[in-house]
Amino acid sequence: MSLTPDDVQKIAHLARLGVTEQEKASVASDLTNILDLVEQMNQVDTSAVVPMSHPLHMTQRLRPDEVTETDQREKFQALSPAVENGLFLVPKVIE
Amino acid sequence: MHNKTIAELAAGLRAGEFTSVQLTRYFLDRIKRFDGSLNSYISVCEEEALKQAKAADERIKAGEEGWLIGIPIAHKDIFCTDSVRTSCGSKMLDSFVAPYDATVVEKLKKAGVVMLGKTNMDEFAMGSSNETSWYGPVKNPWNTETVPGGSSGGSAACVSARLAVAATGTDTGGSIRQPAALCGLTGLKPTYGRISRYGMIAFASSLDQAGPMTANAEDAAILLQAMAGFDQRDSTSAQQDVPDYTSGLNNDLAGLKIGVAQEYFGEGLDAEVEASIRSAIEKYRELGAEIVDISLPNSGLSVPVYYVVAPAECSSNLSRFDGVRYGHRCDDPRDLEDLYKRSRAEGFGAEVKRRILIGTYALSAGYYDAYYLKAQQIRHLISDDFEQAFKQCDVIMGPTSPTTAFKLGEKADDPVTMYLSDIYTIATNLAGLPGMSIPCEQVNGMPVGLQIIGNYFDEARLLNVAHKFQQVTDWHKKNPVGFE
Repeated sequence: MSLTPDDVQKIAHLARLGVTEQEKASVASDLTNILDLVEQMNQVDTSAVVPMSHPLHMTQRLRPDEVTETDQREKFQALSPAVENGLFLVPKVIE
Repeated sequence: MHNKTIAELAAGLRAGEFTSVQLTRYFLDRIKRFDGSLNSYISVCEEEALKQAKAADERIKAGEEGWLIGIPIAHKDIFCTDSVRTSCGSKMLDSFVAPYDATVVEKLKKAGVVMLGKTNMDEFAMGSSNETSWYGPVKNPWNTETVPGGSSGGSAACVSARLAVAATGTDTGGSIRQPAALCGLTGLKPTYGRISRYGMIAFASSLDQAGPMTANAEDAAILLQAMAGFDQRDSTSAQQDVPDYTSGLNNDLAGLKIGVAQEYFGEGLDAEVEASIRSAIEKYRELGAEIVDISLPNSGLSVPVYYVVAPAECSSNLSRFDGVRYGHRCDDPRDLEDLYKRSRAEGFGAEVKRRILIGTYALSAGYYDAYYLKAQQIRHLISDDFEQAFKQCDVIMGPTSPTTAFKLGEKADDPVTMYLSDIYTIATNLAGLPGMSIPCEQVNGMPVGLQIIGNYFDEARLLNVAHKFQQVTDWHKKNPVGFE
């Protein structure tokens, strides 16, 4: 599998990650090398194997539906690069 | 004083030979003298540390029991600390001060440790050499032209040079064990879920696990005791009782079955490292252990599988860094998309970007089955291999890393070669098993790590097996030159 600079552009858009024109070719070649490594997986027939998404065979725990978190909006918003009146500021999204 | 074990320091504190404030000052002093050449700390918290030491002295004076009261340690900069910056080695979080303590930090605080500072690491724990840190590479104290390993490279270097008594680390594909091996330390990655992940900045959530990095197995047991346990706030935390990790350290090894897999001694393993590992295993035979041949036929695929699973999970976890709620934000964004794209492009380094992109690709429409599903299936096969192996043996032994510490810059431009340096450690993360690295014979003056892999929740046995070796050898007592 060989990725082109155009592929990198598409993937980077999906990841909302900016890549410059100059970076695209070298990123494409790095990613292609990684995919070549990953391709080794095709040596094995896995048609009958159940996928494993988690290392321990356990089920998700449930807890009583109670309020456990208190409101700490100010504390958390103090971390934000831009807030106003308790709201996170972003560039205008609705014209 | 800096070469004493935790138990020895605890005894000294109680006997009034020195106070925690004196001990803490002593280590802060060492950091000032020696860390300039190592770069093992990102943040040193002198004021806060001395405050904690003073409080610890009060607790000791009041007669409170506990090995860790007043012991100065360092935390990997991946654990959130509510008073000190948590950067995760990234420009993205250069000014981030978490609003709460990670469970590991909270538990160790309660146990009485003094936090000297936060240690350098590969950016977001992605790397095997500590060269991807935004704060610059860490040097290996044994030879400052070589890397300390990664991603917990700062923790390894600072404990090795005795700029902290011990340190915390995290291990997603070998990030505790490989740097421990390269720096001559004892490093333990517990069973997945043994230690809470709450407040530990996420890289690959089905693989991440915290653990201790120490000078010896006894210190590791003491730290693990304080770190382990169920946590309501981590949804994958194991609901398993925590045994006493120190009481069995001296158990006899007669009859212990050690599995040795030919797959861990194949092509790529340095011949001198191999000789050193075989000699360590021979030592175990002298201690009464029996060596059993086992096979882990799918282990060769653990690196390819890992480089699908880990990037996939990382691309999802790191989507939270959007320049809106916290972390780096670009100047003058044109619109929301520009804000996301530029904040992330400016905030993340090259290796983090590569992994986000690979993960995004592997999870994207049309490729999911070929990559992510396939990787999960082989993950199952790798895990089954271990299940079969543990029917024949109690622990598995082999090398932690195929070579001793490599030169700074040697692999930095070739991601795939770098990835292969974790070839022996990754499979245990995929299976969720506990693994440990302890120092054995050195090669050309550089430390070699013996890896010991155990069955699920069998950390007490790993510590016992490591401790017995350290009773009859002194590799763990050797120190790099130049840090006296």
